Amino acid sequence: MTITPLCQSPILQHETVQMAHGAGGRLSQTLMQRVFMPHLHNVFLDILDDQAKLDLPAGRTAYSTDTYVVSPVFFPGGNIGELAVNGTVNDLAVGGAKPMYLSAGFVLEEGFSLVELETIVISMAEAARKAGVMIVTGDTKVVGKGQCDKIFINTSGIGSVMDGVNLSCRNLQPGDTMILSGTVGDHGMAIMTSREGLSFQSKITSDCAALNSMIAAVLEVVPAIHAMRDPTRGGVAAALNELAASSSVGIEINEPSIPVKPDVRGACELLGIDPLHVANEGKLVLAVSSEYTETVLEVLRSFEHGRDAVTIGEVVDDHPGMVVMRTAFGSRRIIDLPLGEQLPRIC
Amino acid sequence: MKYIDEYRDPQLARKLLDEIRRKTTRHWTIMEICGGQTHSILRNGIDQLLPDTIELVHGPGCPVCVTPLESIERALEIAAKKEVIFTSFGDMLRVPGSSKDLFMVRSEGGDVRIVFSPLDALQIARVNPGKEVVFFAVGFETTAPANAMAVYQAAREGIENFSVIVSQVMVPPAMRAILLSPDNRVQGFLAAGHVCAVMGYAEYEPVTREFNLPIVPAGFEPVDLLAGILKTVELLEEGRAEVVNLYGRVVSREGNRVAQDTIAKVFEVTDRQWRGIGLIPGSGLTLKAAYSSYDAEKKFNVTHICTGESPLCKSGSVLQGMLKPDACPAFAKECTPGHPLGATMVSSEGACAAYYNYHRTGFPI
Repeated sequence: MTITPLCQSPILQHETVQMAHGAGGRLSQTLMQRVFMPHLHNVFLDILDDQAKLDLPAGRTAYSTDTYVVSPVFFPGGNIGELAVNGTVNDLAVGGAKPMYLSAGFVLEEGFSLVELETIVISMAEAARKAGVMIVTGDTKVVGKGQCDKIFINTSGIGSVMDGVNLSCRNLQPGDTMILSGTVGDHGMAIMTSREGLSFQSKITSDCAALNSMIAAVLEVVPAIHAMRDPTRGGVAAALNELAASSSVGIEINEPSIPVKPDVRGACELLGIDPLHVANEGKLVLAVSSEYTETVLEVLRSFEHGRDAVTIGEVVDDHPGMVVMRTAFGSRRIIDLPLGEQLPRIC
Repeated sequence: MKYIDEYRDPQLARKLLDEIRRKTTRHWTIMEICGGQTHSILRNGIDQLLPDTIELVHGPGCPVCVTPLESIERALEIAAKKEVIFTSFGDMLRVPGSSKDLFMVRSEGGDVRIVFSPLDALQIARVNPGKEVVFFAVGFETTAPANAMAVYQAAREGIENFSVIVSQVMVPPAMRAILLSPDNRVQGFLAAGHVCAVMGYAEYEPVTREFNLPIVPAGFEPVDLLAGILKTVELLEEGRAEVVNLYGRVVSREGNRVAQDTIAKVFEVTDRQWRGIGLIPGSGLTLKAAYSSYDAEKKFNVTHICTGESPLCKSGSVLQGMLKPDACPAFAKECTPGHPLGATMVSSEGACAAYYNYHRTGFPI
């Protein structure tokens, strides 16, 4: 059966998610037809089968999944919907894959605003369009009030791995250059400073963005890049530590070279948080043999999301598994994994 | 960024270091009181850059570290109560009691929330009249004014569902306790800049006279710290027992009178247990009788709870500058930030955590 999205009455401000919206009956259909289909419809989704049947290109396929529970759901610079699309797109892209198809699973809290849900769905459609991927299958469940926080979204994605590309966190070699695509900490601080109870205002916006076109472009030019990571939770510090540990090499970075926006730096100063530990949602860390450094930087800088790309350090033989920072004063310190929740200092 | 970049200027830092080297003729042991300063020193590697003759020892100025285990056990007991919304600065949540921490209480269903100000906790009480809102009022003279203000406001507005666990401590009595210890090695102090911002530096003048040593209120940025160390070295070399304020952009001799008045309205001086150190007479603040109905420990009747420390933890010696964190046998072995034996390994201002995070053993310098 193929359905054409119907012209539906607009969703009213006071309308909210009801338990019956997730019960598989008439209200479930209404939710599909009024909220999801008008924005997400495509040749796969319109069929309304329980699965999408896909033709994949020959070669290796990358497959990734992530679940999004961000609070607040709407934050400066984005919302949970575009985050859910871009996050999975980036997880595929940093593996050297061209993202193609996404699934989307929604857990909705009873009482959540349908207008807000539609806004989120519209953002997902827009993010998917920008990234050149299709949301081809999905699911919605509703849980009672208080059993989830407004909306949780899971997205899975598949993509086709580019020929001749072999990215792995185990590939770092001593002498590699570490490159970062832009400023650190924007997403995490946008979230922290917009949370309830944190009574200061800032202009920090999330860097939430799909990086697949930039990544594909850089891999076209330099397929020999050794490893890429999108430094999300745990920030650049966690990404570097994972790379160092997986490849059993040391990484040395230069403090003055790490780009941090002044507002983000200010908020981090106030809260006592290291920007290197703060999440990013539109940044890339990569390791490449030093002869390609300038080429990679040139390609990255030709993209909006890579215009601040810089070399932040290099891979070394010493201290395997450990990331060391050279400070502006000529001293050195360990850059460790952040431990658990980020806690503001108390005085 | 104004007020930050100029105090992190590497060239200025190098000049100060050269000057410190030039002025130093012998070994000096200087204690920075404040945990925030300790972290800045370790984070920026200032200890690596100083000449070997200047030894920095780390003081007790970490409120989370010195909050007695009893207070934490009582907080855990209160936070687990169904009717309670327990609020705290974030650092306190990971401090282990004898069997759990506040995060574990939260995972077991306790309503434990991080706030950035005690006035936010008071606001939670206003909008949750059916709940008891408790704030964990820890800290030095820096947090005392806001904590006092929250209680004062609650009383003024007649808010009865708000109370505080008070574990307020003060710097000058701790300095005296360190200097009176037979094992004391401290020859000069960097005083904690933000404590001095509230209290002024006049209260250190008697300490310099009584113990014949220099005290230099200093800030937290690398240039602040190096300038403070340089001034302390100069005073030591010249044999001058004086207070010289190097944090003039924040600290005055008299301090913040409004803040002091607020403290005096609500709190009075009391003897206080310091975790790892013991009882220091006249070193704490407690609620005045007029505000005793805001004392959470009395309200929830938990004053009977007492407990003991891990025998492996040497945080008392660390907090008094007698033991460097990495000289503790448990450091980075039984005791890590993931499994802290004492609060000095937990807090973002604890000396053991600073050593672990930035310098742990095996670290190539």
